[in-house]
Amino acid sequence: MIRISDMTLAFAGDRGPTTVLKDFSLTIDKGEFVAVVGASGVGKSTLLRVIAGLVRAQSGTVDTDQPPTPGRRPYALVFQDARLLPWRRVVRNVEFGLEGLGLDAGAKRRRALDVLALVGLADKADRWPHQLSGGQRQRVAIARALAVDPDLLMMDEPFGALDAITRQTLQDELVDLWQRTGKTILFVTHDIDEAVYLADRVVLLAGSPAGVRSEDCIALPRPRLRDHAEARATAAAIRTRLSDYVEQGAGI
Amino acid sequence: MPQSRRIPRLLLALLGVAVFLAIWEAVPRLGLVRPVLLPPPSAIPDTFWREIRSGTWGEAVLHSLGHYLWGLALGSFLGVALGVVTGMSRRLEDLTSWVVRLLRPIPGLAWVPFAIIWFGVTPGAATFIIVVGVFWINYFAALGAVQAVDRDLLELADAFGHRSPLAKLVKIILPASISPIMAGLRTGLGQAWMAVVAAELFGVPGVGQRMMQASSLLATDIVVVYMITMAVLYGVIDTSFVALRDRLLRWKA
Repeated sequence: MIRISDMTLAFAGDRGPTTVLKDFSLTIDKGEFVAVVGASGVGKSTLLRVIAGLVRAQSGTVDTDQPPTPGRRPYALVFQDARLLPWRRVVRNVEFGLEGLGLDAGAKRRRALDVLALVGLADKADRWPHQLSGGQRQRVAIARALAVDPDLLMMDEPFGALDAITRQTLQDELVDLWQRTGKTILFVTHDIDEAVYLADRVVLLAGSPAGVRSEDCIALPRPRLRDHAEARATAAAIRTRLSDYVEQGAGI
Repeated sequence: MPQSRRIPRLLLALLGVAVFLAIWEAVPRLGLVRPVLLPPPSAIPDTFWREIRSGTWGEAVLHSLGHYLWGLALGSFLGVALGVVTGMSRRLEDLTSWVVRLLRPIPGLAWVPFAIIWFGVTPGAATFIIVVGVFWINYFAALGAVQAVDRDLLELADAFGHRSPLAKLVKIILPASISPIMAGLRTGLGQAWMAVVAAELFGVPGVGQRMMQASSLLATDIVVVYMITMAVLYGVIDTSFVALRDRLLRWKA
């Protein structure tokens, strides 16, 4: 379980501090797939960076009930751009997060090859990143995050830069990976349909400063249909709420 | 089309060289210029052979290569190291900015008086001049390269637990800036040759000194021999460097 409590974050700006998140709280069950949706610029990506410890919040805590384990990292991030290191071969990119964990070279290589097999890229281990397609690069980024066996896998619009067909393929692969690994996932997107298709629960982040405005449990059975009446209705409801907040914000 | 053009292009290049040599040969032979002012190319092989036989050539080249390699290695290392460190620290950059502005415009040759006072007319003095000549090129190449490293990659390092400056340096900053640093090193390879000749002109044994001796005796054919020598040495070193660079940067598309 991951518990984020009373998180408040402000950035210093030219015209005084801007509060991005205020009293944000969210609890994610172990193995749960939670999606956070919201307008661009509302602070979704910042939220992930606070949880990962890349940005320091003014107040609030992030707890995992897992004790720290050697050879693992509690959090791992997948960015919108695959962000591979072009000077490392694919397998060495996957090993990136394993370095500094006290694993020997053989153990790192085995873990990297295992997760590459999991994302279906075992045969690309010795390629350079520039030799891969956009979808393959993003799979490597997912493998790199899975390699550290995180308690929470965070994804920041991971499929936003892909073409529509590749995006659908990767969405389905992600659900499959999630079901096989049992990972806890926090998935940020501005695509409400994507959130409803993938997640167990969809959290709407809106307002300024931003907070949780609604939570919808998506109880649809898996594997899911892409065009499901109930999912469409849920997505429409979230969209309406979101546009209310956007209009309110514009009116202030 | 490119296939059929390749041979004529090579032929054209060779033709260009032939025409160049022919004009060079014709000018002194036709009496347009006295041979002592411009020795014809046909006189060069003989002179070359004499310089080699007497051992003068080998000695001068060895001396110069020594100055060159030491000066290049030291100047490049110091330039890259200080450039990288300064590029990583905003404070250090601010601290050094005016010192750099002050020292940078002073050409390597302007250091000759100090080189002689500090080191005497010794290989150390020549090496020092070369170090100064190479240092700034590498310093600015490395500084710019480090400052241009993609911030997203540094964030990636943070996200995967590599937070210390040393870990960032080794895992991100150095590999990400290797390409422009190599470009600086390569510019330094050429710059250092110029500095070699200049540094030896004031009497430290080597190619530059031999050229000065020859020119004071009006032995211009000998001067040409060493001009060719330097061109060939530079060509060999630059070609080897490019081969090494391409091997190191083979991950590039």
